[in-house]
Amino acid sequence: MLSRTADNLYWLARYMERADFLARVIKASRRLASLPKAYGGAESEWEGVLLSSGSVQAFHAAGRPLNEANVIEFLAFSPENPSSIRNCIGQARANARAVRTALTVEMWEAINDGYLEMQAIEQARAARSGEDLTRFLDFVKRVSLTYDGGANRTMLRNDAYWFSRVGLFIERADNTARLLDVKYQLLLPEKEVIGGSLDYFQWAAILRAVSAHTAYQWVYRESLKPWLVADLLILRPEMPRSLISCYESVVRYLDRLANTHGRQGPAQSHARAVYGKLENMSVEALFQGGLHEFVGAFISDNARLGALVSDQYLF
Amino acid sequence: MEFSRVQFDEMKGTGGLTRPPYQKLSNWLAETPQDFLSSRRAQAELLFRRIGITFAVYGSKEATERLIPFDLLPRILSRTEWSVLEKGLVQRVRALNLFLADLYGPGEILKADVVPSELVYRNPAYRPEMAGRRTPHDVYVQIAGIDIVRTDDENFYVLEDNARTPSGVSYMLENREVMMRLFPDLFAMHQVAPIENYPDRLLATLRSVAPRNANHDPTIVLLTPGQYNSAFYEHSFLADKLGVELVEGRDLFVRDDVVYMRTTEGPRRVDVIYRRIDDDFLDPLVFRPDSALGVAGLMGAYYAGNVTLANAVGAGVADDKATYTYIPDAIRFYLGEEPILKNVPTWRCREKEALSYVLGHLDELVVKEVNGSGGYGMLVGPHATRAQIEEFEKKLTERPDNFIAQPTLALSTCPISVAQGLAPRHVDLRPFVLQGAKDICVVPGGLTRVAMTEKSLVVNSSQGGGTKDTWVVDDAPG
Repeated sequence: MLSRTADNLYWLARYMERADFLARVIKASRRLASLPKAYGGAESEWEGVLLSSGSVQAFHAAGRPLNEANVIEFLAFSPENPSSIRNCIGQARANARAVRTALTVEMWEAINDGYLEMQAIEQARAARSGEDLTRFLDFVKRVSLTYDGGANRTMLRNDAYWFSRVGLFIERADNTARLLDVKYQLLLPEKEVIGGSLDYFQWAAILRAVSAHTAYQWVYRESLKPWLVADLLILRPEMPRSLISCYESVVRYLDRLANTHGRQGPAQSHARAVYGKLENMSVEALFQGGLHEFVGAFISDNARLGALVSDQYLF
Repeated sequence: MEFSRVQFDEMKGTGGLTRPPYQKLSNWLAETPQDFLSSRRAQAELLFRRIGITFAVYGSKEATERLIPFDLLPRILSRTEWSVLEKGLVQRVRALNLFLADLYGPGEILKADVVPSELVYRNPAYRPEMAGRRTPHDVYVQIAGIDIVRTDDENFYVLEDNARTPSGVSYMLENREVMMRLFPDLFAMHQVAPIENYPDRLLATLRSVAPRNANHDPTIVLLTPGQYNSAFYEHSFLADKLGVELVEGRDLFVRDDVVYMRTTEGPRRVDVIYRRIDDDFLDPLVFRPDSALGVAGLMGAYYAGNVTLANAVGAGVADDKATYTYIPDAIRFYLGEEPILKNVPTWRCREKEALSYVLGHLDELVVKEVNGSGGYGMLVGPHATRAQIEEFEKKLTERPDNFIAQPTLALSTCPISVAQGLAPRHVDLRPFVLQGAKDICVVPGGLTRVAMTEKSLVVNSSQGGGTKDTWVVDDAPG
């Protein structure tokens, strides 16, 4: 396939995934911020949100005071923030439009409908209420689900599909890792307080941001423990947003590409190495070696994979 | 030359009696409540927007993506009417191809003084680079769009030939799809000749003109200027229907006179380029050096016979408005046949007598710049202000060879559906003719363009024109 098409599909998947992640993080953080201070609610929460979405510098550059309204505006609607949901959907559509021939009708309609709806929402902006925001965040999740479902159900299993999946899982791994990077202090074992904790609601918020709150109960069948939250998000293969699960998929789809193209390259071997590291890691070792260091190293490994994929396939 | 001033409506004729091809539609309309059409109109708009059938308007800030207005009522031609048109179109496009092969080859028609040499050689669309070279299979115009107008029951005229990169075929195809979704009953009633095989025929045409040294399964691509081009939707639509890669200039490169595209598996050889980029932008080494849309070295590969460009470089010299007036002569010259389709009578302002006639009758004529397109650079005498007429007087006197003039024809109308019911609007027709290495074909119908504004004669989509589905139906028995 055309390199430019592969590049567009890769980024299209990343933008859709990012929009979905942002919507979930905003939702979880709003919930947390609405709790009384004694339960962990705080304005400082919003700085964390900016950190985990990688847009803290851009926010400060825009020069607005840090508060809930401004952060949400910046992350959801701001034209100046290159990673705002609005811009993610706009970028996704621009990429989709450039490669319409590589998309199925269902995928195109999901993106185009989302984009048109987004424009209507933007026009009604002045009158936005808290309820509108909830509706908007649900809408974003729906768009990304419809798109993903469309891809899953209708795309031919060829390199177009594989490139788009590789993009999705690299982005998803990045999102989960950034969230962990911002919140790692909360997850350290010494934080546990018998009989409930102020941090309980923080942990719940982390799980909600990656839609794993119910999953946690099913996997561990016990009350929230910070190290188990870390275990779930990093090492549990059954958790679809865990780092290991993302890398299992990345390795699989990169292998498919290698098979069609008849060549394993640096991207494949790097992805396998990262996956191997996760596979051989235990939760104990994770905390001994330092959670923060581990996640930091993962983020740069993951970014490096993105660069290798570009070099190898996308020119 | 006398033209009837009586308005001919394709549904109602001149006397108000419904013409036979429209009989069933007319009965159906009489029984159909206005609400039903309104709801279908809203549905059609939604469908077009969802599919993303939009076009970009240059220089229009608020709407970079706009829908082309679509009218629900089909434009209907009888099989008999179509047969004549079809023969005439095939004849004309064959002649256009022979004409181009001659102009860039032996130049017989110039030697025989049928067409004046300076008209060709001084024409900006003439490409001296192509002189003395042959194109694969000697085809120049693989895809032609011939604009046809009608003045009465009998007479169709060719208004313009489009031999460069004619657009609009995606609207022809999508209009039909939308109509079939909205009005299944009407189709059940009518036996409309299908057009859905157009992409198939186009693919066969493009394959047939591959260079002789290409392998038996040639690689075909569609070259687009990119997603900001006004016809980008059409480019992506066609590439998808053809099952070929939609490429931009940056996706292609040339090595040792062979064209390749950049793929994730490395370079892949390209044999046929259905290009939707103008000559000027194809190759910065030969044409405009500032072109970022083209491919450096493309012309070298073309000269070497390693790639086919559809349509050929330099084909524009045959569809120029000044050349247009000689096409009937070219048909007689190459085919020894009388032209089946007439030209609109045209005064060539380069000729002295014609010029003085035109200057004396500016208020009744349509004056066109020979290289203008899209309805720009045109004077419609009867609707012009004094100042506009004076402006054209000046232009004509300064550069008479830059202009032609035509009578204002009483163009036929077709009813469109408006809030109050039906209203007549002027229409034209652009059928698409495909010329392969051996075969030539036209799918039945074409794109009907309609001037949505009352009394307007301008059907161009860039100026608010709309479209209709075009039906060829069997003649009523008896």
